[in-house]
Amino acid sequence: MPMTCDWENSVLKQSIENLGNSALQGVRRIGFAARFFVAVLLHSGTAFRRFGLTIREMYFTGVLSLIIILVSGLFVGMVLGLQGYETLQTYGAEEALGVLVALSLVRELGPVVAALLFASRAGSAITAEIGLMKATEQLSAMEMMAVDPIARVVAPRFWAGVISMPLLAALFSAMGIFGGYLVGVQLIGVDEGAFWSQMKSAVDLERDILNGVIKSVVFGVAITTIALFEGYDAPPTAEGVSGATTRTVVASSLAVLALDFVLTAFMFRGLN
Amino acid sequence: MNKTVLDLWVGLFVIAGIAALLFLALKVGSTSVVSVANSYEVVARFDNIGGLKPRAPIKSAGVVVGRVADIRFDNETFEAAVTLRLDNRYAFPKDTAAAIMTSGLLGEQYIGLEAGGDSRMLKDQDQLFITQSAVVLENLIGRFMYGQAQEGAPQ
Repeated sequence: MPMTCDWENSVLKQSIENLGNSALQGVRRIGFAARFFVAVLLHSGTAFRRFGLTIREMYFTGVLSLIIILVSGLFVGMVLGLQGYETLQTYGAEEALGVLVALSLVRELGPVVAALLFASRAGSAITAEIGLMKATEQLSAMEMMAVDPIARVVAPRFWAGVISMPLLAALFSAMGIFGGYLVGVQLIGVDEGAFWSQMKSAVDLERDILNGVIKSVVFGVAITTIALFEGYDAPPTAEGVSGATTRTVVASSLAVLALDFVLTAFMFRGLN
Repeated sequence: MNKTVLDLWVGLFVIAGIAALLFLALKVGSTSVVSVANSYEVVARFDNIGGLKPRAPIKSAGVVVGRVADIRFDNETFEAAVTLRLDNRYAFPKDTAAAIMTSGLLGEQYIGLEAGGDSRMLKDQDQLFITQSAVVLENLIGRFMYGQAQEGAPQ
């Protein structure tokens, strides 16, 4: 029977085995990530009892991300002002420029672009730091001294990211609206009163601003969880850490965009 | 880094973030929901509401006095029953007329209230009896074309 003899070493069997192995690896990682997330939440006590730890991490994730967030917000708002004016002018609705800039920033661009920048600026740094701590056996050393690395190292970084993200997104939106004002009112000459009053009557506190804040909190949780998990799960080699850092940026950017679609579908589908 | 310098920076960051949130809440956005406690509801029935949506503004003399709370279809009279939530600060006579209007040529639709002459005022859960439906553009064009065709017809 040549069929049965070949089967043991056949390419088909090999490739099916590889497929099954990678599927199992994927499921294992998802399960590990979920348990890791629960463990971080359960060990969050230290992050709040010793709030100094969280404040220290907020400096590295939040304060050091300020420059890139503020400058990007300003330029995104200025570009929105220029492009929006070009299009609105065709319909003779230049005064609606404020509405366009504010709604697109508060609803979508503020939370999403700030989250993407946060993922590449702070998320990658978190992964590299934790991965290197693991590679140099600092985490094992902590466990030897009966210090829980999840409570001492991971949880403060998690809460620092979750607190920083909505603040950064709000700063991004505010800066973007200021950029739109600079270009629209100061440079092009849209009427200042109409710019602000139409914006104020069109932007709703609950539907637009609160939903934007909710989005940014969700993004903050997703990004920091992915970054911390990738760092904690990284192979303890130089290559492993660099791979984990890349995966953090890719995975958290995709997660932000996918979550944004889901959240937008829930928040804005039933209205209007 | 020195611990106090670090605390200072984080404090400044948090203050700036909260200031940005306040700027968005106070300067950029406004709440459009009339709170239930400070409002009363009246019902108006329309043959056709056109494109009216919940939360659309209710204006009297151009001033926003309330919001559309709910739109339902009444299966007994085959009319649209629109619940209007009006601010307590504004009282209207019983014979107030409600009309569905459009702001601008392509703008959103809103309900315009025209105060009547009755001395009694509307109370919660009252009904508005004088209503005017939305103008449907297709009907208007149809009527215009029909008129044109009649005019041009050979005698």
